Amino acid sequence: MEILLAVVIGGLYAAGFYMVMRRSMVKVIIGLVLLGHAANLLIFTVGGLNRGAPALVPAEGAAPVATDPVPQALILTAIVIGFGIQAFALVLFKRVYQAVGSVDLDKIRTPDT
Amino acid sequence: MHHLLVLPILIPLIAAGAALLAWRQRRMQRWLGLAGAAGLLVVAVLLLISVVNDGILALQIGDWPAPFGITLAADLFSAVMVTVTGLMGAVVMVYSLVSMDPARESFGYYPLLLILLMGVSGAFLTGDLFNLYVWFEVLLIASFVLLVLGGERAQLAGAIKYFTLNLIASALFLSAVGILYSVAGTLNLADLAVQLPRLGQSGLITVLAMLFLVAFGIKAAIFPLFFWLPDSYHTPPLPVTTIFAALLTKVGVYALIRTFTLLFTQDIAYTHTLLLVLAGLTMVTGVLGAVAQMEMRRLLSFHIISQIGYLLLGLGLYTPLALAATLVFMVHVIITKSALFLVSGIVHRLQGTYHLKQLGGLYQSHLGVALLFLLPALSLAGLPPLSGFWAKFALVRAGLEAGQYAITAVGLGVSILTLFSMTKIWTEAFWKPRTVQEPIHVLQGRERLLYFLPALTLVGLTVLLGMLAEPIFTLATAAAQQLIDPSAYIQTVLGGAL
Repeated sequence: MEILLAVVIGGLYAAGFYMVMRRSMVKVIIGLVLLGHAANLLIFTVGGLNRGAPALVPAEGAAPVATDPVPQALILTAIVIGFGIQAFALVLFKRVYQAVGSVDLDKIRTPDT
Repeated sequence: MHHLLVLPILIPLIAAGAALLAWRQRRMQRWLGLAGAAGLLVVAVLLLISVVNDGILALQIGDWPAPFGITLAADLFSAVMVTVTGLMGAVVMVYSLVSMDPARESFGYYPLLLILLMGVSGAFLTGDLFNLYVWFEVLLIASFVLLVLGGERAQLAGAIKYFTLNLIASALFLSAVGILYSVAGTLNLADLAVQLPRLGQSGLITVLAMLFLVAFGIKAAIFPLFFWLPDSYHTPPLPVTTIFAALLTKVGVYALIRTFTLLFTQDIAYTHTLLLVLAGLTMVTGVLGAVAQMEMRRLLSFHIISQIGYLLLGLGLYTPLALAATLVFMVHVIITKSALFLVSGIVHRLQGTYHLKQLGGLYQSHLGVALLFLLPALSLAGLPPLSGFWAKFALVRAGLEAGQYAITAVGLGVSILTLFSMTKIWTEAFWKPRTVQEPIHVLQGRERLLYFLPALTLVGLTVLLGMLAEPIFTLATAAAQQLIDPSAYIQTVLGGAL
């Protein structure tokens, strides 16, 4: 399972960086979303995968193989932040499209004044 | 319990919430903005006094013991940075009252500025890496909206680069945090400082250090990751540019200093030498970019980058004197650079342009403005007895003591180029006779007071910092000792948990 996830995460990072470097604004947004997912999945995987194990250790008795809850709490926070940022990204890029009339990032030059 | 630690975050938050509730009343929003910034400044000064007297403070939120709960901690370095944040917040808030246009004010300028201040204070006070990420996002979101508020074409074009680069940095930061958690099993900074040396996998930890270096380096605008900064910083209205220039890159530098003194000190020969090389390249490219510019705000934006190089230089040398010099330099550069931006705003109000070719004659018509520009400009270039001289003097001395002659020579050379580009503004904007004879705006009464008071305060402070060099260096040396030897920090945060 770890190996499969590692391949998926690597693929997401590669795809994300590739998309961010494209000229189209829409593809840049998709790239940023992919990068966010890759980071979240990375935290999930490196936190340790235990199928069917409880997230918390019972108060009495020996500790069973427990899943560490902290990475999931981290991912939850990161997902919420990611949602907010992506919503802002869509609005920002739409405004840029309205102002410039193109999705080509090379056409959006900062005026050198 | 040191509840003083929560107030620098709570006060701007409450003021921002109240300002949002008063959405339709612009006058009310202004007062709330002013009150929030003033409150932050007062609390920050109290916090600084308390840290100077009682040593490092730590607060466990919700009373969870240290490595498990959320920690707020303030050593001298954090307390000084929060104080400067409060100062800049108050100064820029006063300046905004008169120079911000009503349309932007109605669209939530004051709440956004307060939330930005909250994010910056939070980043300085947090004792936990994941919380640092959260505070970064808080201040980034506020800065994104501030950057595009108004929606002019140049703003939008600059914002795209700023936005994309910062998001990539955040993704890298988050990935590095995740890997660090899997390696050490904790994200509390003090606990990490204890755990990392025990692990002994210095190769993996160096890789992590490089990930953090890239993530923070994008935010701090170091070579070669700085190109978003001169493209975006000059596009919004001047108060926004000023607060960005003063605080945002410095949060990145703060994070670099924090992590590279507390966590990544296993392989100093590699990491800190790399920092030195990057420092030299950042200084040189920044100042060369500045020399080529003809627009005041762009020129000053490139100077931000070159000053970041000096801060990195102090971190890379990693001696007590160098770190103390870095702290003094940080405070000095925040104050003087903001003063220069504020004065360029006054120039723009008087003559209607930022372009050096179209400016001129201000020395004759406005001697006061010319002097207000000259003092911080000379301070930035490092002329005695202003604050920049002492900061650079200590850095150079630290560099010579550490035997790093090449990088010290680069720093001195960059100082000359800084002086050169400052004299360029001086001769073009102030000295040369005015070519275009268009009506000049006259500042009077309340407008005049609100334009000049913030700039005067900052210029006065840079002179004062130069005069009070000795007590300031005593404080900075104490702060540097806390950074070099973090045992007190670890002890305070973890308490009996060790």
